[in-house]
Amino acid sequence: MSVSKAKKPMTLESLLPKIVLAPTTAVMLVCMYGFMIWTGALSFTKSRMLPQWDFVGFDQYAKLFANPRWDVALNNLVVFGVLFIAVSLLLGLFLAILLDQKIRLEGTLRTIYLYPMAVSFVVTGTAWKWILNPGLGLEKLVRDLGFENFEFRWLVEQDMAIYTIVIAAVWQSSGFVMAMFLAGLRGVDDSLIKAAEIDGASKMKAYWYVILPILRPVFFSAIVILSHIAIKSFDLVQALTGGGPGYASDLPANFMYTYAFNRAQMGVGASSAMIMLMGVLAIIVPYLYSELRGGKNGR
Amino acid sequence: MIKRTLAACVAAATLSTAAQAADVEVLHYWTSGGEAKSVAYLKEKLTEAGVGWKDFAVAGGGGENAMTVLKSRAVSGNPPTAAQIKGPSIQEWGELGFLSDIDSVAKANNWDALLPGVVSDVMKHDGKYVAAPVNVHRVNWLWANPEIFQKSGATIPTTWDDFLVQAKKIQDAGYIALAHGGQAWQDATVFEAVVLGVGGPEYYQKAFVELDADALNSATTEEVFRVFGEIRGLVDENSPGRDWNVATSMVINGEAAMQIMGDWAKGEFTVAGKTPGVDYACVAAPGTSGSFTFNVDSFAFFAQSDADAQKAQQEMAKQILGQDFQKVFNLNKGSIPARLGMARDEFDSCAHASMDAFVSSSQTGGLVPSFAHGMAVPEAVSGAIYDTATNFFNSDQSAADGKAQLIASIQSAM
Repeated sequence: MSVSKAKKPMTLESLLPKIVLAPTTAVMLVCMYGFMIWTGALSFTKSRMLPQWDFVGFDQYAKLFANPRWDVALNNLVVFGVLFIAVSLLLGLFLAILLDQKIRLEGTLRTIYLYPMAVSFVVTGTAWKWILNPGLGLEKLVRDLGFENFEFRWLVEQDMAIYTIVIAAVWQSSGFVMAMFLAGLRGVDDSLIKAAEIDGASKMKAYWYVILPILRPVFFSAIVILSHIAIKSFDLVQALTGGGPGYASDLPANFMYTYAFNRAQMGVGASSAMIMLMGVLAIIVPYLYSELRGGKNGR
Repeated sequence: MIKRTLAACVAAATLSTAAQAADVEVLHYWTSGGEAKSVAYLKEKLTEAGVGWKDFAVAGGGGENAMTVLKSRAVSGNPPTAAQIKGPSIQEWGELGFLSDIDSVAKANNWDALLPGVVSDVMKHDGKYVAAPVNVHRVNWLWANPEIFQKSGATIPTTWDDFLVQAKKIQDAGYIALAHGGQAWQDATVFEAVVLGVGGPEYYQKAFVELDADALNSATTEEVFRVFGEIRGLVDENSPGRDWNVATSMVINGEAAMQIMGDWAKGEFTVAGKTPGVDYACVAAPGTSGSFTFNVDSFAFFAQSDADAQKAQQEMAKQILGQDFQKVFNLNKGSIPARLGMARDEFDSCAHASMDAFVSSSQTGGLVPSFAHGMAVPEAVSGAIYDTATNFFNSDQSAADGKAQLIASIQSAM
């Protein structure tokens, strides 16, 4: 008796965390993984307005890849993703290094650079829509200043519109990347830099050969965060260009929303969502793999 | 139509009186000024008849948000009493078995005689009425600023070839020829006018309603794209993304000479205090004077299990086709009544022209459904046409490529 009495409170205690976590786990399982599987299943059906369970194999995927608009969206994702990640990283790193020079007013400057992060993508998009509109914003301003031939009309040009999205997204995110790098730089041991200096390395060389390699994990997390922002970008495009001119600045998320919800082509929408999921997995899985391995090595 | 004005949603004002049958819950996306007023009148009529009104307004876009909400409500087995659905979507909902049959009301009130055939066909599923029409919009309108025409020595064009010539004159005089907003649906609206003007109603019907492969693949399609391509140069450079009412105000303010837009544009002129025939001209889009592309708004009725709810639903159907409601609603909205044979003295000259064209075109076969406004083909196909039109208009694609893309994208959507 006494044994079981002693065990009971133990069981409750050890069960309690599980009980408390169970609802969230269940919700996670159903709402995340359940719906992923559901979407995957839908992508093999001929669902149009509402889900229907007539399976048609890979037909929807064939349709998807025959669609010129999807081609445009995928190409845009590559252009946008590469430029957005590269420019944000470089700019963020550059700003962080400058701020790391023990300057005055660092706190104020840091806040100014971080501030765009506090604004939502819809606001960023709308503001940049006005700034970049040739009849309202930058172009008109410079022309009014007397430079009659000044031209900056990427927003209304089919092959340049995607770059305006890069500009707005970089404006929004580079401050955040800067903050990450700044935190990383603060973690670098001063003695390492001193040692490099004693060895006669210039400041440039010290950064390039000593500090940047130490920041490798920061690069890694920044790239992962930025790339999934890139893949799920939706609101920025919607607010800035509306996918236009034509559908020249569509990204996959906009494509998916339009087809699944406005066009009554749920099957095509679901298959495009699956392709996006695979894109995310292609980035996350190697990352997780390397992280977990790093853990094993006893870091 | 697409008015992104925020909702002044009438809060669910269910004044319960003792003698009430039941409530109707109505999903709609008429939330901007004139539209909200129009809906409020329906509520008033129903309250008089002892039916409570539960407002279920979902603002935004051309009803995309409302449709998303409707789908989730219907799938969860709790659809509203009635919802603002139009065109072939009514058939899609009918096929899924969600709609309720209001044929008894229609028979008792003789709807078959009141409604033109093309309209009643859209309202029926399996030969039975499942929806009630509230208005008829004409889409193929050309809105013109006479002052600019006078100053630039141009005349209002009646064919597309003439349109291109006159537009050049207007441009030479330093005005914008065509006020246009570069959004997909507006590109499609102009495209539709070109299709009808260049190809005529017969071609329009075959190619863009029946989606006949031979008609789509004909030389006419290429000619349509050629003309549509010429229009690219007549629009100002800042047009991408502009809202339709901003484009209308360019005509009102004397910056641009013309706009091709449905008759909801009239509301903008009216609000600006302009008189039709004096300050602005409303004529049929070039080459379409004998034709009429219609866009009919309607309420579809969802199956109800409760007998009281069914009764309230039927009362609502009856009121919608009533003379009173049709008049007040359409005066507010700028469209014309869906039922025939109504007193017309309170409507303005543009509405009169629209009514005349509606009746005459229904006899000559010039009355065709608008594909740019979801009346002719299912959402998937009209989406494919949107994509082609907007991509063509914003690029320098050749007419032959435009035609090829049109055929390919329509096929993949079917």
